[in-house]
Amino acid sequence: MADTALSVHTDNLSVRFAGAPALDRLDLRLAPGKIHGLLGRNGSGKSTLAAVLAGFRQPDEGQVLIEGAGLGTPMAPYENAVVTSRICLIRESGDVADSLQVRHALALAASLRPYWNADLAGELLDRFEVPTNKRMQKLSRGKKSALGAVLGLASRAPLTIFDETYLGMDVPSRRAFYDALLADYAEVPRTIVLSTHLVNEVSTLLEDVVILDNGRLVTQSPVDSLRGRGAAVVGPAKVVDEFTAGFTVLAEEKLGGTKSITVLGDFDPTLLAQAASAGLEVGPVGLQELFVHLTAPTPKGTRS
Amino acid sequence: MFDERSPIYLQIAEQIKNDIVSGALAEDEQVMSTNQYAAFYRINPATAAKGFAQLVDEGVLYKKRGIGMFVSPNARDLLRTGRRDSFFADVVDPMIREAMAIGVPLRDVLQHIRKYGDS
Repeated sequence: MADTALSVHTDNLSVRFAGAPALDRLDLRLAPGKIHGLLGRNGSGKSTLAAVLAGFRQPDEGQVLIEGAGLGTPMAPYENAVVTSRICLIRESGDVADSLQVRHALALAASLRPYWNADLAGELLDRFEVPTNKRMQKLSRGKKSALGAVLGLASRAPLTIFDETYLGMDVPSRRAFYDALLADYAEVPRTIVLSTHLVNEVSTLLEDVVILDNGRLVTQSPVDSLRGRGAAVVGPAKVVDEFTAGFTVLAEEKLGGTKSITVLGDFDPTLLAQAASAGLEVGPVGLQELFVHLTAPTPKGTRS
Repeated sequence: MFDERSPIYLQIAEQIKNDIVSGALAEDEQVMSTNQYAAFYRINPATAAKGFAQLVDEGVLYKKRGIGMFVSPNARDLLRTGRRDSFFADVVDPMIREAMAIGVPLRDVLQHIRKYGDS
């Protein structure tokens, strides 16, 4: 792990818009040098969290602390140039003035970013075919997104946050972005946060995930322990009900006398054997599906 | 490439084991580095490293410091023995259950198997 990678730690972090909570008492820990997924539906608070982590806005309550080599004591990012020069947030909007030429935006980044790598920037601009002599306002949405990706990767910031930057890109460009991200992360490990709702596309890139819903933390966990954490139990309604009693039910469906209940829980071999002898089928639940169930607007069944 | 149903590091380990059993990866042959593996399959390098570490624990791979990971000299035997032990439970029993469920007499199944001779 690069000695520069930063860790993030929030306590009771809350942000309100006109009184309504956008982030509601978040206690988060982002370990240094990992690729973190920040997953949530639209409006779940991902962008607000990203903005607070990058010091773009202040929390209304609680705190964000950034920690790592070169910083000494943990520090809050808001209005702290020592910290913010080490953090790069790339938002879908781009945050680059419309009248600026692409090459000027690059020169600005080069002068502001202490870890900027011009070779990497040049290579990525070629790969994404971003014209450098055009003004920002003349770029297509896809090229704007691609430029965001270039600025984010070439910044090599110890904490780099991509807030759905790549949504404007088409599928081949997004793949190229994921490849470039992995390649450069392998070369210079750093803390990366990918905020997205395209769970399936990024799930294999991630090591840890944070799932937000309505500004609240749903879960924070290594992606490997989330995969296979849910199970879909299918069989005769009565038997399924009995078997899943005591589990947290994420969803249930009924077709005639057959019922399918999706639950959270580890099914050890003993439990699986019991299910099989009761005539039940137990199927796995993927990360995407789990995400959908965990952030469903009106969860069916009981939640504990 | 990978499904969403089990931890990817287990799927990676399984894939490499399959390559060893089939002979696609020879004993004492070097396997891809975790970074190469991660880039090739578009996965997190830590995930790849976890899959490799599991195989080292199981004695399927061994590490040469500063050079990389290699297939253990006895890996193929080790894996084949392991699979032989679970062959009847994993492969034959489900086949018999299926045959009984759909009404294929076991005598027909035996006859079919005998066509392959006694080798």
